[in-house]
Amino acid sequence: MTADPRAEPRTGRLTAWLRDNGVYAAVAVLVGYNLLFSANFATWGNLGTQVVQVAPVLIVALGMALVIGTEGVDLSVGSVMAVAAAILPLYLGYGFVPAVGLALVAGALCGALNGTLVAVVGIQPIVATLALLVGGRGLALVFADGQLTDIRNDDLLALGSGELLGIPTIGWIAAVLAVAVWLVVRYTTFGRQLVAVGGNRSASALAGLPVRRVLLTTYVISGVLAAVAGILATARLTASDPSAIGTLYELSAITAVVVGGTPLSGGRVRILGTVAGAVLMQLITATLIKHNLPDSTAQIVQAAIILVAVHLQRGSR
Amino acid sequence: MEPVLAATAVSKRFPGVVALSEVDLTLHGGEVHALVGENGAGKSTLIKVLTGVYTPDTGELTYLGETTGFGRPADAQNAGISTVYQEVNLVGQQSVASNLFLGREPRTRWGLLDFRAMNRRAADLLAGYGIRVDVTRPLRTLGMGVQQMVALARAADTRARVVILDEPTSSLEPREVDTLFTVVERLRADGVAVLYVSHRLDELYRICDQVTVLRDGRVVHSGPLAGLPRLGLVAMMLGRDLEEVRRDGATKFEGEHTAERAEPVLTATGLTVKHRLDGVDLAVRPGEIVGLGGLLGAGRSETAMAIAGALPLDSGEVTVEGTRLRTGSVAAAMRAGVVLLPEDRKADGILPDLSVRENIVLAALPRLSAAGLVSRRRQDSIVDTFVRRLRIKAASPDQRVGELSGGNQQKVLLARLLCLEPRLLLLDEPTRGIDVGAKAEVQALVDELARDGLGVVLISSEFDEVVEGSDTIVVLRDGAVTARLTGEDVTEAALLAALAEEGPA
Amino acid sequence: MTSATETSAETRTTETRTERLAGLVQRRGSIVVLALVVLVSSVSFDSFATLDNARNIAIQSSFLAVVALGMTFVIISGGIDLSVGSVYALGGVLAAYGIQWGSLVGLALPLVVCGAIGLLNGVLVAYGRLAPFIVTLATLLGARGLLLAITDEGATTRLMPREDWLTHLGQGTFLGLGLPVWITLGLFAVGVVVLGRTRFGHATLAIGGSREAATLMGLPVARDTMLLYLGSGLLAGLAGTLAAAYSASGVTIVGEGLELDAIAAVVIGGTLLTGGVGTVGGTLAGVLLLRVIQNVINQVGTLSTHYQSVVSGAFLAVVVAVQAYLSRAHLRGRRR
Repeated sequence: MTADPRAEPRTGRLTAWLRDNGVYAAVAVLVGYNLLFSANFATWGNLGTQVVQVAPVLIVALGMALVIGTEGVDLSVGSVMAVAAAILPLYLGYGFVPAVGLALVAGALCGALNGTLVAVVGIQPIVATLALLVGGRGLALVFADGQLTDIRNDDLLALGSGELLGIPTIGWIAAVLAVAVWLVVRYTTFGRQLVAVGGNRSASALAGLPVRRVLLTTYVISGVLAAVAGILATARLTASDPSAIGTLYELSAITAVVVGGTPLSGGRVRILGTVAGAVLMQLITATLIKHNLPDSTAQIVQAAIILVAVHLQRGSR
Repeated sequence: MEPVLAATAVSKRFPGVVALSEVDLTLHGGEVHALVGENGAGKSTLIKVLTGVYTPDTGELTYLGETTGFGRPADAQNAGISTVYQEVNLVGQQSVASNLFLGREPRTRWGLLDFRAMNRRAADLLAGYGIRVDVTRPLRTLGMGVQQMVALARAADTRARVVILDEPTSSLEPREVDTLFTVVERLRADGVAVLYVSHRLDELYRICDQVTVLRDGRVVHSGPLAGLPRLGLVAMMLGRDLEEVRRDGATKFEGEHTAERAEPVLTATGLTVKHRLDGVDLAVRPGEIVGLGGLLGAGRSETAMAIAGALPLDSGEVTVEGTRLRTGSVAAAMRAGVVLLPEDRKADGILPDLSVRENIVLAALPRLSAAGLVSRRRQDSIVDTFVRRLRIKAASPDQRVGELSGGNQQKVLLARLLCLEPRLLLLDEPTRGIDVGAKAEVQALVDELARDGLGVVLISSEFDEVVEGSDTIVVLRDGAVTARLTGEDVTEAALLAALAEEGPA
Repeated sequence: MTSATETSAETRTTETRTERLAGLVQRRGSIVVLALVVLVSSVSFDSFATLDNARNIAIQSSFLAVVALGMTFVIISGGIDLSVGSVYALGGVLAAYGIQWGSLVGLALPLVVCGAIGLLNGVLVAYGRLAPFIVTLATLLGARGLLLAITDEGATTRLMPREDWLTHLGQGTFLGLGLPVWITLGLFAVGVVVLGRTRFGHATLAIGGSREAATLMGLPVARDTMLLYLGSGLLAGLAGTLAAAYSASGVTIVGEGLELDAIAAVVIGGTLLTGGVGTVGGTLAGVLLLRVIQNVINQVGTLSTHYQSVVSGAFLAVVVAVQAYLSRAHLRGRRR
């Protein structure tokens, strides 16, 4: 039986424009507003603060954007950050490189677990990654014995507080990763296959794409990026705090991705939009704080922005 | 006698398509009315209009003598129009009894569900149709036949005046079909008007009193079924005038290919998938176009999918140039040079948000990459070649495929397959839903490919396309091969006769 | 009708043993595991099988259980409600905030506000056709913002007067068990009846099983979906109120991540996240299992308390993997 031709939902031109460019416009408006009305906004000091605050969220959001591009979601990122943070002090005795390397491997393993549950066992991403969200933080606390550990390794501390050309090192790392992920999405076989699998899994399978491998790899990348964020946040904090680090990062990351125009229905990954989404959320908080409006207002505004963003996307397909 | 439900001059258009045009349909109580037509004839749309899913643009519905317009499916149901869909639309995890009574469960004095009464009534109801099952079992643990019967019993029990059966037998075993027919006969005896949609001619002639034939959204025939010859019915469904059959067709196929009597490029033997394929054998030589004939649901698409590795086989084997293929793997089939153009372009083919370039190179990506990096230059040269060769009309290779016309989307999909340098091309409805010009181009292209030595399997619900395009036609019915037409026998008349032939009792 | 048709129906109805086992594990697995854990713990730790400890576990379970009850219905319908943790915390704070105008206000305020948030979720999901995941994610943030707004950014913790009857609702006991435990049991009894014995419950199962089929059968899908989220919001608000009464204060930091515990309990209890299958009793077993594991790990003493979430997470992963395996074995069984 044929599917009846159905009227394609026609979104208004304004809606379409807002969906595709709204996040950039909002960032521009907020920056403009702050330049005009906020004291001490356009200073190096403030720029550094903002960059440092947004960088870990942004890095996690990059991986989240890939996962959401496959029509999935990774709730475990915050806990994976904690695992990476907890592993660092255990091995810093052997030096900076082994410790960071092991933390990254741990992130990859977490991602592989998620990916296996999703791609091989066939569990919905939301539950598969929920298990690690619950278990991962416990694991991190077990590694760290529930303790906050001060970081004394100079290399790691330099990573957290260093600057290059006036911009914090953390900011540079986030920027490099954003460019790298953007390049991966655009120019690699894997990136194109990822977008295809997310857009139409049935067509991708019929075109002979390695659907499982693509999904698995995507979750591994998300895990590694979460580990990077965990390492950087720890370095910045000068302490490994597995009980607090990365809490609710999954929400911030999903928000950045969705507000940045990547549809939850998969098939499109907007890295630049994700960067703008993360920046926008940071700017909102910063602006409100600068005007002595409390955190509560920021959260309510963010909630409203998420709803507007998903509403705009609803008509797109 | 006054009709129970009548549609008068109903029209329904969707953007770009007229789905129904001035359709009349009259259902009388105590009659089983067949609704037939090929894909896209407008049957689904008509059913949806009758059941309140769609509102007709013009025309009117008369139900029990009064003009009506059901706003929602629930209104039509409450009024007494029940529908049993092709795919059983019940809730598999819930019990048989629940499915029978969902939304109208018997309740106790306290307003709570009365399971004892529900189970008893469910058992009685089904027993009335000769089915004795444990009604507390989850529905999905039962066979498709019983599930279909439960759907029908639910429809019939809601004091329905009209029951619409949409391909009710497509997944039933012959014995289950018998059971179903006893129920339909009971409905008829009870004075219910039954609208019966099916492609199985044997069934239609067994159970139906009246027939309405739809084609391209119009009624091409309506009247009693008994006196109508099978051949005439099939000809009407397919839109072929019997006189016209002998004349030359209007397709771009040039007929006979120099199919060298070489070894077959593809040999498939005993392809079997439960309920869908029953021991299909097929051989295709290089340069040969083998058409698959058959009405809807005969197993043509399933045959193609099984060969391409997209449908896991219960048994059977596929050999490509003497090497046995691992079945059930699209990637393996592709490596062996067997590629499929899927029937449903939207659902299984295009990635509408991606560009023309990406859609073309999708399957070939690994071959075009070095160290995981896609080589833009090699991509461009391939895309360029095929855009020109297939005359794909796109603003640029960067245009979103979703913005192209149907014909150009189809060419993009063909390009995706051709850049894999295949040896066997499985084409499932390659010209469906594309305009006349693109159709001719696609047909000419297929012809040319076969001349270049490619083996082609062609499925089309367009009659002339199969007949004029194919060197050999394999006719399927109910998942099994019933005839093979070769050489001189590849004519519309012969194919019509093979399709209309009565099935084994 | 002929005898042939009758046998045809009969022969197709033999359920395989695997299928029956799968169903049993699905429905009763959590209770069996709970019983095993309780048994082993009772033998291993003297301090486990005491009346005090049982009371302790019961009261600790009750708040989560009430939240999980609403979540059970939402998940059975094929949805999810991430906002419950925030709504729970908001409920507690509102109770402590409202009680300054009297106990009735203290009870009504959280129910009205939390109900309104649930209703908003429901309307957006049912009528706006937005994804439940993202809608409730937004209200999670919104509810937390609201909470911060009425507590001076979390700086103020309001106390509830000891002698008030609303406080008594949290702290009082009856037959040795805390009142919240009795309230929870009552709510679960109602939940069992609603899910199993009312048209609404039946429709909830059908919507989760197949939304399309439910619509075609003429069930009020949108209305029921909306009511489910309303109920989830109300129950989360009530649980928060009870928790606040129990501790006699509107603690601002509770409830973070509670939605995850609730989802975990529901899934461990045998409710499928894909919808259409689930039991209220299983959820209660799931909640108890989480809390008993927590309790046992505390009993061990030498074990870090953090193993609790490791065990919960591992448990969740195993449960969903087994569920996926069982449902696939099931499908394979049907295809043959």
